[in-house]
Amino acid sequence: MSDRITGLIVAVLALAFAASASQLEEPFFADPLGPKAFPLLISAISFVAAATMLMRPDAEPAWPGLATLMRLAIATIILVAYAYALKPLGFLLPTGIASAALSYQIRPRLRQSVVIGLALSVGLFVIFKYALGLGLFALPRWLMV
Amino acid sequence: MDLFANLALGFSVALSPETLALAVVGCILGTMIGALPGLGPSNGVAILIPISFSFGLDATHSLVLMTAVYYGAMYGGRISSILLNIPGDEPAMMTTLDGYPMAKAGRAGDALVLSGVASFVGAFLATIGLMLLAPILARVAFMFGPAEYFALYVLAFCTLGGLGSNNQAKAAISVCLGLGIAMIGVDKSTGLTRFTGGSLHLYDGVDFLVAIVGLFAVAEVFVFIESHGRDSAIGVKLEKIRIPVRDIVNSGWTMLRGTGIGFIAGLLPGAGASLGSFLAYMLEKSTARDKSTFGKGEPRGITAPEAGNNAAAGGALVPMLTLGVPGSGTTAVLLALLMTLNITPGPLLFTERPEVVWGLIASLLIANVVLLILNVPLVRVFSRILQVPAAVLLPGVTMISFVGIYSLSGSYFDLLLMIGFGVLGYTLRKLSIPAVPVILGILLGGHMEVSLRRAMVLSDGDWTYLFASPISIGLWIAAVAGFILPLFLRPYLKVPAPVMTDDDVKRDKG
Repeated sequence: MSDRITGLIVAVLALAFAASASQLEEPFFADPLGPKAFPLLISAISFVAAATMLMRPDAEPAWPGLATLMRLAIATIILVAYAYALKPLGFLLPTGIASAALSYQIRPRLRQSVVIGLALSVGLFVIFKYALGLGLFALPRWLMV
Repeated sequence: MDLFANLALGFSVALSPETLALAVVGCILGTMIGALPGLGPSNGVAILIPISFSFGLDATHSLVLMTAVYYGAMYGGRISSILLNIPGDEPAMMTTLDGYPMAKAGRAGDALVLSGVASFVGAFLATIGLMLLAPILARVAFMFGPAEYFALYVLAFCTLGGLGSNNQAKAAISVCLGLGIAMIGVDKSTGLTRFTGGSLHLYDGVDFLVAIVGLFAVAEVFVFIESHGRDSAIGVKLEKIRIPVRDIVNSGWTMLRGTGIGFIAGLLPGAGASLGSFLAYMLEKSTARDKSTFGKGEPRGITAPEAGNNAAAGGALVPMLTLGVPGSGTTAVLLALLMTLNITPGPLLFTERPEVVWGLIASLLIANVVLLILNVPLVRVFSRILQVPAAVLLPGVTMISFVGIYSLSGSYFDLLLMIGFGVLGYTLRKLSIPAVPVILGILLGGHMEVSLRRAMVLSDGDWTYLFASPISIGLWIAAVAGFILPLFLRPYLKVPAPVMTDDDVKRDKG
């Protein structure tokens, strides 16, 4: 079933890709092939491959249970939040929280996770800032004027 | 002799204190990365590229550092294979078959030393092979026009897809995904923007480093979360290290055979180290007079795949440096490094930047000696690394990846893109769609399109031009064979099941 769904998604993507390619305006003085041909070739090949996957799917992969999927979703949300927080909030705070939360996702021990978060955020900051000389800000910028 | 003059140039670069120090640091880092379960060479090099880049190293130095990490990781991969029965990276998988049983039989130290020596033999001879073969291939590569290059790219994708996956359709999807992503951004020959969906962030295309770190490192974090991050405590006891001279002497020919096969497997564009170690093991097993000892701690079952995978690592550098076509996931990452450093691999690299090529080769020779020293007497130190629990390691790796990518562009968009690639990488892995062709597609897509379009300019739109020269015909035939033959060979290309002992079964259940 997973393979069939993937095949379907890829087929739709291939068509969308082809549609987007064919809407490109051919410039007046282009090379014989132009900017459309190669993308169209790619979408054709992926369409064939997707159709093959639809027709002849492999055995169903072992998807994780609902609880694990939840943990994966939480981990993704943590990472996205971290990506947004890194610039405005500086390095230390977001890194500490994100690594503690991630470590909790891997091994749910509260105290251990807090220690890991603290140690990683301070340790990595020292390495990055002073050993490697990267331009990181420790704290939110409005605190550091 | 040309060769010696070149080597002298190389050593004059490599023996400068700075380069030497970087090679040693790279070896240590690489061995550590290789030893950690789940953090293979591709991961390690991928995470370190952005960091070395922002560190401001010049081309030769970053290349030396990264290839030392690459070789080091190939050495280190065996440590967790032998001690934990978990391969540190994919090519080290074959080493678990005899390495772990040998360690269980109380000979963990012997297994580590033996595999360290085999790694050295494989890697050292392969580096010499690289030295001899690369200049010749570089001369041949001068005859390559756009049509030949296009055929060569097709060959690389076909063999990589054909051998790297159990399902040709999935391999093709993976390649197309990469090529499609490579099309995003401004088309250089017409100035048209393609497939950006109007997003300004995508005008410059998708940075391949973002894709690589996402697909390898971030995806690994998801896999670990799923597997509950089983704590990596050493499964077997490590006794005092001594040198098993008799086993080393006995498997001398085995190492040489493994090296030969591994090197050739590495040369094939798209095949790489996993194939090298697999073929070396299978050949050794099928030609041995007494097959019954294999899988139960046979020394030759350790030396053959270890020599094979390390020789393949050296062999894979040949097509990468001379043609710009990588032979494996990690060499794809190294190619990404070259591209970031604005070095175009290919025949011109050998004539215009000899100090880069020969400095690299000389550093590899030195790195091998350093690695032998690190991996035989000091192997105890590295085996300690296995005690780092996943709950510390994985958040650490994630944060390093984030900071690395963030330091490249300082944009949150790249970080989001990287997380997206992480989710994609995890999903692909679940669906057993290989991720390496995606990377290769992103890396080579632009070049592939340019060479096709140039060929069409030369022939004024005549497609038969692609099959006009003997070289391109040969490449096309090889490409078709590389994609189709694995379909028929698949029954023979099965990895033998590892021997499960009673307490392994208990551990897996518990």
